[in-house]
Amino acid sequence: MKLTLDIWRQKGASDAGRFETYTVEANEHMSFLEMLDVLNQELIGSGKEPVAFDSDCREGICGMCGFVVNGVPHGPVDNTTICQTHMRHFHDGERLRLEPWRAAAFPVLKDLVVDRSAFDRIIQAGGFISVRTGSAVDSNAMLVEKNKSDRAMTNAACIGCGACVASCPNAAAALFTGAKIAHLGLLPQGQPERTDRALNMVAQMGKEGFGHCTTIGECEANCPAHIKLEAIAQMNGDFLRAVFAKREESAGGGAG
Amino acid sequence: MSVATKTVTAPPSFSRVGVLWASTVGKKALMALTGILLSLFVLGHLLGNLQLYFGRDSTGAYLINKYAEFLHHNKPLLYGTRTVLLVAVLIHVIAAFQLQLGKGAARPVEYHQKESVNSTVSSRYMFWTGVVIFFFVIYHLLQLTLGVVNVPGFREGDVFHNVTVGLRTGVAPLFYVVGMIGLGLHLRHGLYSTFQSLGAGNPAVSQWALKWAAVVATVIALVNLSFPLAVLAGLVKG
Repeated sequence: MKLTLDIWRQKGASDAGRFETYTVEANEHMSFLEMLDVLNQELIGSGKEPVAFDSDCREGICGMCGFVVNGVPHGPVDNTTICQTHMRHFHDGERLRLEPWRAAAFPVLKDLVVDRSAFDRIIQAGGFISVRTGSAVDSNAMLVEKNKSDRAMTNAACIGCGACVASCPNAAAALFTGAKIAHLGLLPQGQPERTDRALNMVAQMGKEGFGHCTTIGECEANCPAHIKLEAIAQMNGDFLRAVFAKREESAGGGAG
Repeated sequence: MSVATKTVTAPPSFSRVGVLWASTVGKKALMALTGILLSLFVLGHLLGNLQLYFGRDSTGAYLINKYAEFLHHNKPLLYGTRTVLLVAVLIHVIAAFQLQLGKGAARPVEYHQKESVNSTVSSRYMFWTGVVIFFFVIYHLLQLTLGVVNVPGFREGDVFHNVTVGLRTGVAPLFYVVGMIGLGLHLRHGLYSTFQSLGAGNPAVSQWALKWAAVVATVIALVNLSFPLAVLAGLVKG
């Protein structure tokens, strides 16, 4: 199958960037990224700069890959990363436009590669729990309500790829942050930091320059990990509760 | 004996209102709360206006005029309600403006091609339907509260006369039709999104809210539209 690709080429963060058109001969068994590998081999062979794109596991579980294909993050296949999208979903002679995630918080580094460190800083602000060291505790010593454990697992599936931000008309990171807050906040192990987690992660999300959530639902529809809008409501609820629950630190009885 | 002293500085105090206002999540919650207040007003306003259809009572007075007189009778209640509504509008509008500016800053470079996979028109144009409602309300107040535009022979307190004359004068029908379509679209998403903004994420609840928001918004828009249409059609006249 022969494809025409309009790919965003940008030399670096300070370059304005532009679309350049390429043709590539692919077959339907290739993954989308393998098709780009073929294109890049041809570009290298003819002495040109290959197209930069992020990838790592190519199994849809690491969250490294991702760009917009014909206006849809991760391409046309529902709930699938671009690395797990295969060329059988496209047809011979098709023209595809490849564009990086667009958000102020995700500056383009090169071509289709964006810097997603903003997500790392949101995690650092509160996406953790404290655990005691020492011998391992019995795995079932702490009881977890089945429903909450299921929802925590659902939210833990977030791979942090950034498609939610990319698809959101407001470039909001609410689905990502919501998934992290819901994942940890639903479990007993996440309770000690629950108040500060909601306050700090939401504050960091704002500092990074992401937009606001307007419950449009594009993120949910584009998420390769099936994270639901419910995660955002969980974040909103946790944050609002935290605003009222937050207390000054005080040393009371037993402080010595 | 020397005594060492240590200056302990208190940690910066935690301003709950400040934290709410500084975050997009808090602003959306405030927009949800003020949105609930304004929606209740819209509903009450609609129910009161239905009396336009009930004509006169046994004394020959129009019911809607007696209702207006009743509302204006208790001044503290009247001005108290107006103040609450004005504050709610201010919070709602200022938050919306700030969030809209933040949205622009969050994506300085637009996509060359972007598809909407799963979203409604009403959800994507909330800000702009809000702008439509804002200008509609200003026109509505100028016309039927102050009587300075599009009401030939405005009579203070004679709501029946003002409405039956005003709603078919000049550009009034256009303002009412466009305004109410804007209101319907805004409520259709706003009433649903309110649950999400306040943290009610249980899918059973949000699916219920999604369905009923559409029903309530449609009913409110249609009943409100019926007033200018009934006047234009000559079904209600003085």
